[in-house]
Amino acid sequence: MSGRRLTPEEVLAALPQQEPFRFVDEILEIDEEHIIGTYRFRPEADFYRGHFPGNPVTPGVILIESMAQVGIVALGLFLLTLESEDDKDKITTLFTDTSVDFNGIVKPGDRVTISAKKTFFRRRKLRSEAEMRLEDGTVVCSGSVSGMGVFQ
Amino acid sequence: MDQTEIFEKVIKILTPYVKNQDALASVTAATHILDDLKVNSARLVDVVLEFEDIFEIEIDDDDVDSVETVGNAVALIESKLG
Repeated sequence: MSGRRLTPEEVLAALPQQEPFRFVDEILEIDEEHIIGTYRFRPEADFYRGHFPGNPVTPGVILIESMAQVGIVALGLFLLTLESEDDKDKITTLFTDTSVDFNGIVKPGDRVTISAKKTFFRRRKLRSEAEMRLEDGTVVCSGSVSGMGVFQ
Repeated sequence: MDQTEIFEKVIKILTPYVKNQDALASVTAATHILDDLKVNSARLVDVVLEFEDIFEIEIDDDDVDSVETVGNAVALIESKLG
């Protein structure tokens, strides 16, 4: 079974995560080795009410989720489809492990750019080194994210 | 490289991923990597990549399916080392 190169638009359309748990707006670049995506954090997102009352800061776990949706799920869909178009709809990508450092905070309304480079893709497990930057170029979060495609 | 040396290196590679430290204390060739040592199955890929790096071998993805015990891993590595 041969695969196909998905366009950035097709990858975005195939991404299973939806509102209110979708943290990718655009995919700017994608190939076998890397991906670049963007997201603008919606000020109306529910988690800001509690994190923290009167002082909204995007939770670190949500930043990791955004890096995972770009660096594992979106890039993983692209890589899986290169191998087999059939598998794309039969496989769910699950988060397996991560190790990141946070260097700054992301406020409601901030637009971030996530870039990720493939470390390896073996046995349907993908690890990427990912980095999230604010519009002024400040790195707010960086490290590795990994996930694995499992048949449903 | 003899079997004992391979065995010791395999244990060293597995150690950071082992969730059952008690099983590690009494590990033998028959110890099951997932069931006894409680290594997460998704970590098997990390482990195999480290086998490749440390022993300077290549392991086919299909070969990994046959690895259940520590002894299976040692035998696989030994066969690749020739």
